[in-house]
Amino acid sequence: MAIWLTENSKIIVQGMTGGEGTKHTRRMLAAGARVVGGVNARKAGTVHEGLPVFGTVAEAMAETGADVSVVFVPPAFTKDAVKEAVDAGIPLCVVITEGVPVHDTTEFWAYAVAKGGKTRIIGPNCPGIASPGASNAGIIPADITTAGRIGLVSKSGTLTYQLMYELRDFGFSTAVGIGGDPVIGTTHIDALEAFQADPGTDAIVMIGEIGGDAEERAAAYIEQHVTKPVVAYVAGFTAPEGKTMGHAGAIVSGSAGTAQAKKEALEKVGVRVGKTPSETARLMREVMRSR
Amino acid sequence: MDLFEHQAKELFAEYGIPVPRGIVAHTVEEARAAAEELTGRVVVKAQVKTGGRGKAGGVKVADDAADAERKATDILGMDIKGHTVHKVLIEEASAIAEEYYFSFLLDRANRTFLAICSAAGGMDIEEVAHNTPEKVAKIPVSPLTGVDRARAREIAVAGGLPEKALDGAAELIEKLWAAFVDEDASLVEVNPMILSADGQVKALDGKVTLDDNAAFRQPEHEAYADKAAEDPLEAAAKAKDLNYVKLDGSVGIIGNGAGLVMSTLDVVAYAGEAFPGQPKPANFLDIGGGASAEVMAAGLEIIISDPSVKSIFVNVFGGITACDAVANGIVSAFQLLESRGEAVTRPLVVRLDGNNALLGRQILADAKLAGVELVDTMDEAAKRAAELAAVGA
Repeated sequence: MAIWLTENSKIIVQGMTGGEGTKHTRRMLAAGARVVGGVNARKAGTVHEGLPVFGTVAEAMAETGADVSVVFVPPAFTKDAVKEAVDAGIPLCVVITEGVPVHDTTEFWAYAVAKGGKTRIIGPNCPGIASPGASNAGIIPADITTAGRIGLVSKSGTLTYQLMYELRDFGFSTAVGIGGDPVIGTTHIDALEAFQADPGTDAIVMIGEIGGDAEERAAAYIEQHVTKPVVAYVAGFTAPEGKTMGHAGAIVSGSAGTAQAKKEALEKVGVRVGKTPSETARLMREVMRSR
Repeated sequence: MDLFEHQAKELFAEYGIPVPRGIVAHTVEEARAAAEELTGRVVVKAQVKTGGRGKAGGVKVADDAADAERKATDILGMDIKGHTVHKVLIEEASAIAEEYYFSFLLDRANRTFLAICSAAGGMDIEEVAHNTPEKVAKIPVSPLTGVDRARAREIAVAGGLPEKALDGAAELIEKLWAAFVDEDASLVEVNPMILSADGQVKALDGKVTLDDNAAFRQPEHEAYADKAAEDPLEAAAKAKDLNYVKLDGSVGIIGNGAGLVMSTLDVVAYAGEAFPGQPKPANFLDIGGGASAEVMAAGLEIIISDPSVKSIFVNVFGGITACDAVANGIVSAFQLLESRGEAVTRPLVVRLDGNNALLGRQILADAKLAGVELVDTMDEAAKRAAELAAVGA
């Protein structure tokens, strides 16, 4: 079992004909994901990587029955691409693009909410979502691990890969990279809620980093609603104040958004927080072995 | 990017927001000349990108040009919370009747924008917000509907502004919203927003944060960059399109992915605690997903040009990028740098995991590069890099 992305998911790629879109369409197909087409208004009617290219998301959905879109278009066009996916009513839209202006993300998020919130948006600036052995929507390497019963939600791509690798002998139900921008669609809390409800997930790894208060809010949610064991990791203890650390959202402002505050909030509700990625993996191994 | 007050006010003026007349001065002579030009009483204001400058003595009223020169002498060169004052804004003094607070900002948690308005503006706004939150109106603003004159007036009323200020405040707020949106700002703050003795609503101070991700459609924002204050290594890295932040330790760090590199800094700092001098990370450097030989060389070049670096830790998890490509990148980076006479002379600890890790390690082992050590895990590699930095110190 998995959350949001299963072996039945049919995927289209917005921006499939571009360099990144082409490369990752190939990788998703190789991973066994059911990629059924792409979208590019200027190349509608052509065939790319053996797949049909449609003019719009709506057309692609009507022709293929797609229910997931992965967005690789450049930052300047991301807002319109996501709004188009929302208009078409696609259930899941995964936005990989890095460098989207925060006004654009805030606008497409408000747009999706105004349209009834029928489209789940993951990202932007994220590696996507992978349900090992079932499907893969985005750029998470498919060969790190196999299907298992750990769920993972993370702001960081490479830390996702690192933890999947360290826990590869257990395997994962689903790994969701929610992205490191200041405004994102799916949050830690959304993923925690879904993993809690998923019969295929026994325990959850949650990875956070400096900036904002998403981890603190996740801690409050865990206290109230999550009974499955959660092990967490927070990056950026040594990050200086006022500097953006790679991700647009990773910044300590004054005394707000520190790793220490996030760790304390999580530990206060009984979540074990690893000091390093390896220690985090070790804590999760203990959880899984004790089951 | 944060703007200086004078830059924020220049931007406000472009949007028709009333601001006092002012002139930027870098020297006491310029300050005197500016005060002479403005005539009458002026305010000498330190230009630093930090709050609390009034309380630190960085804002002073001067009666005439000679007084402005004296006040500028005091303020120029002053240290305010670690920021040296290199310039002052000389501004005509305003006859203030009342002080209010206003800002538009990004509300990360609620994924929307927020207008904050209060009749109790000025230096103590943070205390007001803390002790009497009911005096500070926080109103969500949807990017879909925005702020027109009527909405601006509602916000001013919610903030408790008096009737006599409402027309002027509504006009200012509407224009400030236009600046917030059109300039891709994540913060525009006016504190104080004043009602002058002659009944005008003006921006007496200004704080603006611009979204770096919008640089591609805001080419004129480049001119706001404070080149003089930039760390030379950060500037060099930026010119090479590298994601680099200078830190104050001695272990040079190169990794792929922002989260993994942040984590590497933490792990190195913990490991350093066990060694003499407690070595810490010298920098943050994320070479991203596609770690080509050129990017690796560019990164290594920046790191070896930092004299405080005593050892280097390359921490890569091969996801999309295979570790053999990273290893080849390191080998060609060494050759490239050597051919330019910039050979890597400090010890380099490499940890490769993930996609094609064994192949990558083999390539590095076969290359027998001087000073390069392969360590299997991130924690052990961090320990070794810290140890080498302690020895090299």
